[in-house]
Amino acid sequence: MTATRLWPRGVVLLRSRRGRLSLRIGLRSFSVGLAFLAAALLVSTYSLTIGESDLPLGDVADALLGRADDGVARIVLEWRLPRVLLAVVGGAALALSGAVFQTITRNPLGSPDVIGFNMGAYTGALVSMLVIGGGYLATVAGALVGGTLTGLVVYLLALRQGLQGYRLIIVGIGVSALLASLNAYLKITVSLEESLSASVWGAGSLATAAWTDVVPVLAVVAVLAPVLMFVNRDSGLLALGDDAAHGRGVDVERLRLVLLAVGVVLTAAVTAVAGPIAFIALVAPQLAVRLTRTPAIPLLPTAFLGASLLALGDLVARTVIAPAQLPVGVVTATIGGGYLVWLLVAQARKA
Amino acid sequence: MLTARDAAPARGGPPAPAAARRGTARRLLVVAVGVALCAALSALSLFVGSGDLSPSESWNALNGVGTAADVVIVRDYRVPRTLLAVTTGAALGTAGAVIQAITRNPLADPGILGVNAGAFLAVAVGAAFFGATGTSGQVWWALGGALATSVAVYLVGTSGRQGGNPVQMVLAGVAVGAVFSGFSHGITLMTPEVFDRIRFWSAGSLQGRQTDVLWGVLPFVAAGLLIAVALTRSFNTLALGDDLARSLGGRVVLVRGAGFLSVTLLCGAATAAVGPVSFLGLMVPHAVRMVVGPDQRWVVPLSLLAAPVVFLSADILGRVVTAGELPVGIVTAFLGAPVLVWLVRRKEVKPL
Repeated sequence: MTATRLWPRGVVLLRSRRGRLSLRIGLRSFSVGLAFLAAALLVSTYSLTIGESDLPLGDVADALLGRADDGVARIVLEWRLPRVLLAVVGGAALALSGAVFQTITRNPLGSPDVIGFNMGAYTGALVSMLVIGGGYLATVAGALVGGTLTGLVVYLLALRQGLQGYRLIIVGIGVSALLASLNAYLKITVSLEESLSASVWGAGSLATAAWTDVVPVLAVVAVLAPVLMFVNRDSGLLALGDDAAHGRGVDVERLRLVLLAVGVVLTAAVTAVAGPIAFIALVAPQLAVRLTRTPAIPLLPTAFLGASLLALGDLVARTVIAPAQLPVGVVTATIGGGYLVWLLVAQARKA
Repeated sequence: MLTARDAAPARGGPPAPAAARRGTARRLLVVAVGVALCAALSALSLFVGSGDLSPSESWNALNGVGTAADVVIVRDYRVPRTLLAVTTGAALGTAGAVIQAITRNPLADPGILGVNAGAFLAVAVGAAFFGATGTSGQVWWALGGALATSVAVYLVGTSGRQGGNPVQMVLAGVAVGAVFSGFSHGITLMTPEVFDRIRFWSAGSLQGRQTDVLWGVLPFVAAGLLIAVALTRSFNTLALGDDLARSLGGRVVLVRGAGFLSVTLLCGAATAAVGPVSFLGLMVPHAVRMVVGPDQRWVVPLSLLAAPVVFLSADILGRVVTAGELPVGIVTAFLGAPVLVWLVRRKEVKPL
């Protein structure tokens, strides 16, 4: 029952009999996604074996299967596994959030970092840490409130005769610079210890990850990733422009609102437990597009790419100046900024 | 494309003599107002601040009369602080005008283009690995960092055939700035004592600066200002676009190179003295252009005059607005960020 082929070679189309449900898999996207899933698993496994005491692979496997003695089990299951899992799941969440923001703004530079969400979350957390003096939960709440408010303010300030990508980005940069100076001020009003620990949080670190941090992020991704898959066809149309999408029967405003909410919640979940980790959201979707050569941002490869990027970044952060550790955000900011430079140069060459 | 209005002040036909005279009179009035404001605010700056001195006590202390503590507060702290505010304010405002002229970019600002981040990284490296402390050591590191960054941002921002697009330049600054901030974050978090020293510097503050800081940066600022003022006529030619400027005999590469040297000297010195201060270089030239028009022979010197006024006001405001003291950097950020937002909301961002 295959009619004329409207899709290129290397694409598999699975379709139920009445055509209600169809799944189109590009072989290239599939293999890229698989490769990065494998990479994420490999890096994670290696991360489980190294640390203050290096464990052989067999011991790690035993611990995971519940056959190891208490000491090894505690190291692997209580200390290392939450951190590694958070890197993988958090990386996927950030990457998906970046895909959402880039779809909404129709701009490869749209990401929660650029529109000021991260800086706002940092300010919120600093205020609740240093000014109000709350505990862990207050920090999380402060980060969420600060990030969401900042995102909203930037969005509203950039809104004029519709949303233009570049205006959103410049306004985001301006507001971020404003908040950065506010953060610098907050950090000099307190003692060195408080200031230092606040700075580590602000750089984005997975060092203190525990199971209580991993579970909420896992839950958010498990709920929201399917939502994204569900609206994926419509958001692909959104990428063609509001009018085109509207003409195809997409409720543009509602879709944008849904996407925005999903994007903010995905970032917020990770930021709340690990601090603002820069640039994964910016880099992963664009790298995925380049590698899969698809016209729209491919969701699953993006998620796996984000997972392996953050897992790798955290591995570097743990090992590069061992026995001391860097916050992973420092590593991702350096890599991500370098990528952005390259992207600008490459785009300029093409234009 | 340049419209006739944009090009008129540089190479347009001579305006009617009466109008020109009125224009010049108005500009001279602006200069006079600027000088008066600068003097008044400098004086005010000597009378405001911690220490609970009444104006008469401050005046006596300035003349060396009064308790020893009062004399120290006014003579060793408030006077250098005021002079430094004028110096670094002039440096940052002029740097903003120059960087906007040579990149022909209305959004250019040393802070936004990452020059401050580069100076910051260099200072952090100097402090952490080479034991460079104090202003005299910091200045050289900051200058090197500012130079490397401005060159890098310019190269990335103008690469390709579409090069010189204002938004691309800003993004290049953000990207380069992000890489450098990542490094300086890593360095400062590894070494708590450097972190402690640098966090006060990084808020951008004039607090507690004494004469040694002023003398340390003054030569660099003076050199940078001289270059900037000497180049203003060439900036007007540059405003016509590279091709037209070249055909009129302008030495584009030389002017731009000298301009970058000036920005580097001004930003490096100012950043070494007071820490990274954003937005001052962005907003002052815009305000000046609104008053006197796009002629660089007026924009650059008036930015030099207007920026200290804004900077002194920000510093005085920071001293009185809270019980403690707000660093001047945060006050300028709160004044300047709305200007940036207004600029991009106004209309499409065009090259200058």
